[in-house]
Amino acid sequence: MNLALTILVDGLGYASYLFIVSLGLTIIFGVLKILNVAHGAFYAWGAYLCAFLVGQFSTMGVSDIGTMIAIPIAALTVGIVLGSMIERTIIKNLYGRDEVLIVLATFGLFLVLEDIILLVFGVDPYFAYQPTYAMPGFLIGGIYQDGYKLSMIVLSLVVGIASWAVLNRTHWGKLVSAIIFDNDLAIAMGINVRRVFYVVFVAGAVLGALGGAYIAPTISVAPGFGIEVIVLSFAVVVIGGMGSIVGAAIGALMVGILRAYAVLQWPEIELFVVYAVMAAVLIFRPEGLFAPAKARKI
Amino acid sequence: MSPILEVTGINKTFGAVTAAKDINVSVANDEIIGIIGANGAGKTTFVNMVTGWLEPTTGSIKFDGRDITGMAPRRITRLGISRSFQVAQVFSTATVFDNLMIALGIAETTSILSALRPLRRAGLEQRADLLLKRYRIDDYRDAVASTLPQGVRKLLDIAMAMVSEPRILLLDEPTSGISVEEKFDLMDIVMSALKEEGVTVLFVEHDMEIVERYVDRVLAFYQGEIICDAPPSEALIDPKVIEFVIGDEPQGQMMREKAALHTGSGETSDA
Amino acid sequence: MDMIKDKTIVGLTIGFAAVAILGVFVMPDWLLSQTVIAFARALAVLGLLVLWRTGLVSFGHALYFGLGAYTVAMLGRYFGISEVLITLPAATLVAGGIGFVLGFVIRRYREIFFAMLNLAFSMVLFGILVKTESLGSTDGFSVEQPTLFGIGTDTASNKLVVMYVGICVVGWLAAVLVHRYLQSVLGSLSTAVRDNEIRVEYLGYSVAEAIHGKYVMSAALTGLGGGFMAIALGQVDPESMVNWTVSGELVFVTILSGPGSVAAPFIGSLIFELLRTYATEILPQGWQLIVGGTLLLIIFFLPGGVWSIISKAMGRKEAEP
Repeated sequence: MNLALTILVDGLGYASYLFIVSLGLTIIFGVLKILNVAHGAFYAWGAYLCAFLVGQFSTMGVSDIGTMIAIPIAALTVGIVLGSMIERTIIKNLYGRDEVLIVLATFGLFLVLEDIILLVFGVDPYFAYQPTYAMPGFLIGGIYQDGYKLSMIVLSLVVGIASWAVLNRTHWGKLVSAIIFDNDLAIAMGINVRRVFYVVFVAGAVLGALGGAYIAPTISVAPGFGIEVIVLSFAVVVIGGMGSIVGAAIGALMVGILRAYAVLQWPEIELFVVYAVMAAVLIFRPEGLFAPAKARKI
Repeated sequence: MSPILEVTGINKTFGAVTAAKDINVSVANDEIIGIIGANGAGKTTFVNMVTGWLEPTTGSIKFDGRDITGMAPRRITRLGISRSFQVAQVFSTATVFDNLMIALGIAETTSILSALRPLRRAGLEQRADLLLKRYRIDDYRDAVASTLPQGVRKLLDIAMAMVSEPRILLLDEPTSGISVEEKFDLMDIVMSALKEEGVTVLFVEHDMEIVERYVDRVLAFYQGEIICDAPPSEALIDPKVIEFVIGDEPQGQMMREKAALHTGSGETSDA
Repeated sequence: MDMIKDKTIVGLTIGFAAVAILGVFVMPDWLLSQTVIAFARALAVLGLLVLWRTGLVSFGHALYFGLGAYTVAMLGRYFGISEVLITLPAATLVAGGIGFVLGFVIRRYREIFFAMLNLAFSMVLFGILVKTESLGSTDGFSVEQPTLFGIGTDTASNKLVVMYVGICVVGWLAAVLVHRYLQSVLGSLSTAVRDNEIRVEYLGYSVAEAIHGKYVMSAALTGLGGGFMAIALGQVDPESMVNWTVSGELVFVTILSGPGSVAAPFIGSLIFELLRTYATEILPQGWQLIVGGTLLLIIFFLPGGVWSIISKAMGRKEAEP
């Protein structure tokens, strides 16, 4: 019972940041048809900027809870500034080109952005534990649970529900859904697709950076940090169905719980199990478990 | 003489839609058959079933006495039935000559070992040049296929279908996308080339003048059924054909007038 | 014989012979060892080139690279076999064999799904190796000193020369064979499948089988390359042999080289390796920056890769089959 609870909470915690990152990846894919390897760089940039700011604020005498303001600042700055710059210079010129070529171009972009991190922030790891001290711990079922981890679960719920509401309840969201359903039809209906693309790319970048910024206080932020997450969020997105928000949530939950189980019970299969599931989904249901509805074209 | 192609009672349904309904056709060697019908009447479905792209829900297709129902396209091609496409299917980044060379190379391949022979060998090159001349596309020999004019691309498509020296060729709308002035030139080239090769031809066509000029026999489709199977002189004045097929075609009015002259009544004209 | 008339084969033979002779008599040791590493990678890139010409890009060929490398390393560690005439063919066979089995599934996929499924399979192997303590987990383990015809080499310098000549011979052989393959009917199916699968089926050839064959070939070549790499580095570990970044690197060198010729992977890999050496000297933290920037430049401005510059300089058209 205790074990099941631990697996559940660890799995949820792990799933929550994966979900936030994968959500950004999946909406960019759903709308722009770009599988963005550089998404891992937004994540890394978010983490670095957050860790850096937390350190700065802390030396300025800001309280532990106050340093948490670094998280939204980092996510928005990286997403909006870096996201805009990249969309305007590179991504804009890739729309409509071969999907595989686009992946390669974003891979190139990923490598460039990773190295710029090193040039800007140096090679030494950053530690920014202050926000985690600010969160009280809880006893759930007799087991101590880290408050910061629980706050991450709450945040992912909020982000998930907010995204769903934006897509389904607002004018903008409906434009986006129309484009996901049928790009050509959306253009024919007079929707300014390029503008929607730009906004969605930036929104996706903010989500990627937010995932990184939120996870930063719980780890040491060091070079090569975006490499693992990008391929993990690929797995999440492939499992759930590329372009699907619900799919990203289910995919993240599956990967999170599976991994928490593996770590506690069977450490040898920790990574293997994630990719085995990814391969299995690709083999038996290549469009993913929850692929979004599409106009059928023949 | 036994028929070269025998289609018996085939049906094809896609969910609730019936694309073919109890089709029975028997084709003799060297016949030239025109397949007519409005869009969605089941013409292409018929071609797709005979060439293995679709499997009939029920019924059987026999080629030269052998059951080929549900066989893969590549096996049916190897047995001797080939086809062209409404939208020409060529290798767009290769030159016209290379398109024919690759096609000939594949057609000549019978095993892994023969597939490892070099593509450029004298025998194949001569045959490719012969096809270029026969289909009058030798002026475009070194042009990349994606740059070809529509008519040349169609001819290349048909020439590629003929590399395997099939005994039956199905042409899916050989003149679609071709201007009215060029249609007859194109069909003259195609039909004289095919006569030279001695192949049984079934072709889907919307232009009744072309049907009238080139075919021995007409199959008229309507809602997945064959509503008329007769020589053009009879089929093109058949009231059912006029109502359900020709009425939709551009030359409908002219055909209706012809029919009215023939039967001596004006009933079939628009009320 | 017609092989003597084939200009590409004559060119390859002269080129590899010249590189081998220069290496043995002129080149300093550091350049020798870089060329060995470059040509080992070039064998894998040659495999990816066959796929690329078919319109397929794999983001998971580190699977076969790693399989080749670990096969060589494990034969030494568990069976005491260090004879390269056994270990290298074994690396090729293991990678080709796994490629053959996975090929039955992979041949059904195209484009992004092809790339992703390969990625998933390679990450499965990565996940296993990282957690396998008997194989050193993330640290990996070292490779036994190789022998040729049962004879070992006494000094590191001699080992290097033997390896160098060896990779020149194997590279030449692989390039000639792949060139001959691309000139064959089966090779011409690359263009055919990439351009129009429907037409290929209606010419009487199975697209799935054509792709499967090319996939096995690329897997085997990549395995051979991985095997050589293990011997050259004297060490195998998951991060530098199997992780997705290795697959990315292989694809990068493929794009850098260009699809125009079987010589291109060798030239491209050498440029890549030299670039790495100088770049890390001048700008220690800028290696990925240069790789990534180059990748973007090539995609936007030089889609034919380095080979298109070379062929232009030699004043001939791209040698498509």
